[in-house]
Amino acid sequence: MAELGITVAGVRLRNPFLLASGIWGESGESLAGAWRAGAGGVITKSIGAEPRAGYPNPTVEVYADWGMLNAMGLPNPGIEEYPREIEVARRAGATVIGSVFAGTDQEFARLAGRIADAGVVAVELNLSCPHAEGFGTEVGSTPADVERIVRAVVRAVKVPVIAKITPNSADPAGLAEAAERAGAAAISAINTLRALAIDTSLRRPVLAHGLGGLSGRAIKPVGLACVWQIYRKVKIPVIGVGGISTAEDALEYVFAGARALEVGTAITFEGVELFGRLARDLSRRLDELGFARLEDAVGAAHSTAP
Amino acid sequence: MRTVVTVTETVVETPSTITLRFPYTPPSDPGQFVMVWLPGEDELPMSLSYTEGESKGVTIKAMGETTRHVLSLRAGSQVGIRGPYGNRFDLSPSRVLVVGGGSGTAVLAPAAERAIARGSRVTVALGATKSPELLFRDRLRAAGARVEVATDDGSEGSRGFVTGVAERLLGAEEYDAVWTCGPEVMMRKVAGLAAPVRVPVFCAVERHMKCALGMCDACALGPYHVCKDGPVFPVGQLLATEDFGVFHRDPSGRRRPF
Repeated sequence: MAELGITVAGVRLRNPFLLASGIWGESGESLAGAWRAGAGGVITKSIGAEPRAGYPNPTVEVYADWGMLNAMGLPNPGIEEYPREIEVARRAGATVIGSVFAGTDQEFARLAGRIADAGVVAVELNLSCPHAEGFGTEVGSTPADVERIVRAVVRAVKVPVIAKITPNSADPAGLAEAAERAGAAAISAINTLRALAIDTSLRRPVLAHGLGGLSGRAIKPVGLACVWQIYRKVKIPVIGVGGISTAEDALEYVFAGARALEVGTAITFEGVELFGRLARDLSRRLDELGFARLEDAVGAAHSTAP
Repeated sequence: MRTVVTVTETVVETPSTITLRFPYTPPSDPGQFVMVWLPGEDELPMSLSYTEGESKGVTIKAMGETTRHVLSLRAGSQVGIRGPYGNRFDLSPSRVLVVGGGSGTAVLAPAAERAIARGSRVTVALGATKSPELLFRDRLRAAGARVEVATDDGSEGSRGFVTGVAERLLGAEEYDAVWTCGPEVMMRKVAGLAAPVRVPVFCAVERHMKCALGMCDACALGPYHVCKDGPVFPVGQLLATEDFGVFHRDPSGRRRPF
């Protein structure tokens, strides 16, 4: 069986499949459940300075099995109480990456420091939530903003810093380059695509917030293109995310340049047992293609590219 | 994946509780819930109180601002429905004690009806603050259940909590299962009463819920998500968590004591 263990940004993962931020992750017991089901690591809900209830419902819209639209509004218990949840996940043995969101570089640095103190192996910066006023994409859509925020965080913490960048930008690879210049240890790409659903009989947007973010199978080709372009522009590792629900999807991302993968919407559709299946199926597929180690397959499609 | 439906009928069940009936064809079973979208207000999880046929129903107690808004809905109002979600009661036990506190009876009534139709003998311990708030007493009796009542103020049946009635019945008669829905503290008490006589208890749990898809983690209860793993749980699973009847999570996900 091909070796799936891989080191990303100095963090050793037992396999490349990480629970994406925003799926589960308000509770430590849920993070522990994803780890027990076979995830290579778990990423927390994006945590902010204060407890935040998020937007009113409806917060989600599901499209058969090809996508999901959400505007949760960054609900989270707040940094003061969240270390309890990290502790529960760590006690289960989980490799925990802490996700944070903030409106300024100083606040990002402070929150990253707090979540690092709680015992996470790396910090992922949410520079990409497409539907929260004053956060996410609004503070992470230009290279200058990304560079400033990442630099402030890198100075503040000892653990590796991962920048999760938005696809809702003319040049996602430019954002990744800015993060690399500022000292990021890895890039996660992509977050959800800004999107909208309207109920025609009620003549109103379905989501209470109006705009939301599209995830799931529909966005895989978009994520692949971003990872592909980013891989060509930066030397730091890329974590691929967007529409992964099978080992074949995962392998496309790996061939495009991803060294690890985040899985979110598919866990909702198929259950957390998907983690075990993905690892087993990816290892088998790598065997078929003659790769002894996942590592050897990273970026493999670039050598044949035009 | 939402269906916008027109409310066909509203029934005032008690001074604080209303039933909405609406056409909705997806098949459902007792225990399951739907997400009800009140456009411009909110979308809330509601247990199906009528699960049979093409006219489904939900029964809501007015507590928060939005559920009070529900009381103003009339026949002709448009609401969005998605679901049904969640698991269901196992209707096979032949002697069932149903313990319903307040609006918790909404999910228990269709389970009792269908179990009786299948040949089970159903006894209901029904509790409320006062006589006019007793939910589905007449409906349950009409279905063939024996209904034993407790009210906090003694205005009907025995004075006190429904758990007192449950204790008396469990001590005097034999049951194969207890079904309960109500405040978690009450359900914990029911579990404690049934344990010495070794009757398995199944609880329909109500938690804060947002997506109902097992994604957002709002309804996390120990290792479970109430929306997908529940809402009906064998009480042993619940008692094995640190949280059942002790901690809930608020809309931000903070763990808070009940």
